[in-house]
Amino acid sequence: MTNNTNLLEIRNIDKSFGGVQALSDIDFFLEQGSITGLIGPNGAGKTTLFNLITGLFPADKGEIRFGGRPINNFRVNELVRLGIARTFQNVELFESMTVLENILVGLHTRTRCGIIESIFRFPYIRREEQQARERAIELLEFVGLQDYADRTSTDLPFGWQRLLELARAMASKPRLLLLDEPAAGLNMSETGRLEELIRKVRDQGVTILLVEHDMNLTMSISEKIVVLDQGRKIAEGPPREVQTDEAVMAAYLGKAKS
Amino acid sequence: MYGRAQKIIYAVFVIAVIILGWSLDNEYYLQLLIFIGLNTLLALSLNMLMGYAGQISLGHAAFYGIGAYVTAILTTTYNVEPILALPAAVGAAMIVAWIVGIPTLRLSGYYLGMGTLGFGMIIHILFREWSSVTGGASGFVGIPPLEIGPLIFDSRRSYFFLVWGVVLLSIIMCRRIIDSRVGRALRSIHDGEKAAAAIGVDTKKLKVQVFVLSAAMAAMAGFLYAHLIYFISPGTFNFVASIRIVTMVVIGGMASIWGALFGASLLTLLPEWLHAFSEFEMVVYGLILMSVMIFLPRGLTRGVIDIYYRYRKSHDK
Repeated sequence: MTNNTNLLEIRNIDKSFGGVQALSDIDFFLEQGSITGLIGPNGAGKTTLFNLITGLFPADKGEIRFGGRPINNFRVNELVRLGIARTFQNVELFESMTVLENILVGLHTRTRCGIIESIFRFPYIRREEQQARERAIELLEFVGLQDYADRTSTDLPFGWQRLLELARAMASKPRLLLLDEPAAGLNMSETGRLEELIRKVRDQGVTILLVEHDMNLTMSISEKIVVLDQGRKIAEGPPREVQTDEAVMAAYLGKAKS
Repeated sequence: MYGRAQKIIYAVFVIAVIILGWSLDNEYYLQLLIFIGLNTLLALSLNMLMGYAGQISLGHAAFYGIGAYVTAILTTTYNVEPILALPAAVGAAMIVAWIVGIPTLRLSGYYLGMGTLGFGMIIHILFREWSSVTGGASGFVGIPPLEIGPLIFDSRRSYFFLVWGVVLLSIIMCRRIIDSRVGRALRSIHDGEKAAAAIGVDTKKLKVQVFVLSAAMAAMAGFLYAHLIYFISPGTFNFVASIRIVTMVVIGGMASIWGALFGASLLTLLPEWLHAFSEFEMVVYGLILMSVMIFLPRGLTRGVIDIYYRYRKSHDK
């Protein structure tokens, strides 16, 4: 089953909290450079799966491989260094910081100045800081927020905050980007803009996994859909197939099929 | 432009220190200013931890005490040169902070407050009860004046310059850390630890690092205190002392370098000014602190800046 073009492989993952089985026997993979949609009714285990992949807590059973390497026991910040970045369902910006500073924190893993070095401000530290600022501006230009660099991040309209969070995640130069309901709270035109950006991100070679309730967006952007229901994978395949899958219809519409 | 404004502020600061240092002849005023300097160091040290990284410590006086006791014991009992006792005093506080910080900083919010509170109490009891080494409750006497090579800091004026020199260096050091990659990471922990980790900040390691740095600065203040007073006793480093440092940070303004200076000044000067109220001293003291928090909830520094902006806004219209 090991395939070199698979960036992320999820094998037989189990996870329970107390007595609740949140995920059981989840098994799928993400192809390098693909966009995959993860859907399912509320409580299906989508966010739990996200948190497992990003290292917030370990799986009870099974294996997660990233670029062929098992990553089960890596900590959150180590995974970012390896190339896994994420955004949050409720946009988690650093509220006391400006738009630019948020991106600069995003560059944390791509810079290296420590406490001692910051006190002495060695020439290479100044250079690094300068380069980080230039890179941050580039990222703001990528999402179109370059004119708001010095604004406090939470003063931005909500839709822009989502774009800022996306740019901040991109700052860590991820190979895999996990988007947790990126379109939640966005209007139609903002969603359109987001879709365009997600494609642009993918065109840079980043593999994308997104959880999304906006079916139009998910179906049009994803090459593959994975459907979870009550902690189990009930379907996997191209959007067209999944849409007509009986188990999926049952899960969403509550039609009891024996 | 930002850098230039900062240089001007530093220059004003240096000039003010020099003028005050040369013109003041009154020993009492010099002593008071020295204490403001020491308290500024303490407030600055806690501000890095609490104001910027958002990690509360209710036991910070312990590090102040460790700095003072280590140098007292080394220079008096073992006749070590004070300048050689300095790295030992600061180093001891850093090692203790590192050992205590690793388990304690896993806690957050009230629990971290409780953890550090307990730590502060243990250290205080150690100072008080380990009489054979620390002199116990009656204190430690006969600490020698600070000598660095040919310089002897035994006059109030010389000590004034020494302390404020250290304060200036500490302010510059903190400013530089805050304006760097590390400073941004610290502030990101304050704003949201989960998001900070998700962005790749090693939050556990960084929290311990800033705790150790903070302990080092507090120990430096303790070292200077011991060689200023020549006598130390456990009461200076008790729970109330820890709370006073927290109050300085909050009153001055969290996450503000100059706020530490304002908070330390106000809390050092207030008791002196309020002597006139005799038995009502503590009441007035409390009322003033309450008013500051009610009317300037973000502390003196931010509060004054906010008032200025409001004033400008209403006049621009």
